[in-house]
Amino acid sequence: MTQDTITVETKDISKSFGKIKALNGVDLEVRRGMVMALLGPNGSGKTTFVRILTTLLKPDRGWAKVAGYDVVHQASAVRQVIGLTGQYAAVDENLTGQENLEMIGQLYHLRRADARRRATELLESFTLNDAANQRVKTYSGGMRRRLDLAASLIARPPILFLDEPTTGLDPRSRLDLWEIIINLTKEGTTIFLTTQYLEEADRLANTIAVLDKGRIIRQGTSQELKACCGGDVLVQVSIADRTQIGQATEALSELGNGKMQVIDELGQISIPIAGGSYLLPEVVRRLDTSGISISDLSLRQPTLDNVFLALTGHSAEEGENEPRETSTTA
Amino acid sequence: MQGVQSNIRTSIIWSVTDTIVITRRNLLRYVRLPQLLIFSTIQPVMLLLLFNYVFGGAIYTGGIDYIQFLLPGFFVQTVLFGSTQTSVGLAEDLSKGLIDRFRSLPMARLAVLAGRTLADTARYTFLIVLMIAVGSAIGFRFQGGIPDAAAAVFIVVLFGFAFTWVSAFIGMTVKDVETAQVAGFVWVFPLVFASSMFVPIETMPGWLQAFAKVNPVTATTDLVRALSLGLPVQQSLWQTFAWIGGLLAVFFPLAIRRYRQMS
Repeated sequence: MTQDTITVETKDISKSFGKIKALNGVDLEVRRGMVMALLGPNGSGKTTFVRILTTLLKPDRGWAKVAGYDVVHQASAVRQVIGLTGQYAAVDENLTGQENLEMIGQLYHLRRADARRRATELLESFTLNDAANQRVKTYSGGMRRRLDLAASLIARPPILFLDEPTTGLDPRSRLDLWEIIINLTKEGTTIFLTTQYLEEADRLANTIAVLDKGRIIRQGTSQELKACCGGDVLVQVSIADRTQIGQATEALSELGNGKMQVIDELGQISIPIAGGSYLLPEVVRRLDTSGISISDLSLRQPTLDNVFLALTGHSAEEGENEPRETSTTA
Repeated sequence: MQGVQSNIRTSIIWSVTDTIVITRRNLLRYVRLPQLLIFSTIQPVMLLLLFNYVFGGAIYTGGIDYIQFLLPGFFVQTVLFGSTQTSVGLAEDLSKGLIDRFRSLPMARLAVLAGRTLADTARYTFLIVLMIAVGSAIGFRFQGGIPDAAAAVFIVVLFGFAFTWVSAFIGMTVKDVETAQVAGFVWVFPLVFASSMFVPIETMPGWLQAFAKVNPVTATTDLVRALSLGLPVQQSLWQTFAWIGGLLAVFFPLAIRRYRQMS
């Protein structure tokens, strides 16, 4: 890995808001053409980190470089090479889709004709061409997000920052947006995205960094991350009588290939396994033998919550140290 | 050296073109929301008529018609209330994430604020032209000829422009739409009413006269009134320009600084 292939690099980035430490020494490297996902719950510092990398916020400590430019001292050079799509669709409701894109194009100092051509092109490829001349006020949530993403692509920036691009979207719109992002990576755009969904990071990113309380607690590929919690599938069983949770845990011990996760209040036990469903009959047999009745039994993909429990021992509950993130999921 | 010069030239050109793009965007809002334009036009016209016919008979203005006395003051009132909208518009853009987007673009740092203040200036300039039309219909006449009338309008517009920068600074400081709305009224009401705008200040209690005399609104109203009535302008001329220059010198850099260092 040579120096010049690294396009985003941070060292010891820290930022506090009053007494609250939003970021506490973040080191990260992103290579050119890669998709890096920053995975973490609400309040873990994701948005603060993106705001620092996109020159909107100055770090208290540490430095960050984007495309070789320092985000504090060479902020205007950084702005030439990045595109940013924030958590809320930052588009003007009173303008049409076409006008929004042309305006952003002009502010990137494209020539007027170029801005117009590029706007039309993007509206077409994001299937917004039918609504191009309608005011954004009439757009659905999914359409606004697509327009917002189009706006950040108007000048073909080599590095794109997406802050929770699909939060608050319905499943259909989420799939549409994923497809668009996957196509972008094929064109060689470096993408830095934040998300609360393991599935999203898994689908889009080459590398995932897990952020917890302002620190990166694990970094690796999706496979590596899932391996750390014991497998890529979870057997999840809920027992009918929660007072029997101790008994059940005992009956199921030594099953699977990772640490069993127990949520007492729900009477829920999750056992990581590496592929296949061979464990299901065994779970049923053992609980039956112990006289414990089951209210629910399923196989499912691990979520951020499971990864968090495995990595940190605490769940990915909502933090309160970043109100900006929690209040803008609309 | 040449590189540096062309850099400076590029950034000047960008400041101008970016400001035009943002001004246009802000003005389009009124084209898109005609009902907003209509009601924000009806309100000052209604106030002008109410003031003229309700108070006109009761206020002694030294022998001249009340509308002649009132309308120049109303110009100033219109631009002051108009300027409070600057902070509201900026707070709105902030809350919708648009300012974040603009700040992440390689655009001129000045353009977002200048585009807002210029659009608001254009809007109340339109209102002043309308006031002149309505005023003329109910007996107002410029007494001092066209150059004086043009000077009066120009000074009012410039005075309002200075206050849009005060308002821009407030908007970038409070950052919240409702607060911006309330904050605007808090500073505009005392300035507007404790002045020579609606009544001669000699009728006020002594302590209030003291405030009214140094109030920039009094100086500007006196100047605009003198130009409208064809009277000598006296010291209100330099007082008005000192206020306009002073407000711009303080609040223009403060507002830009707030924008740059926002977090």
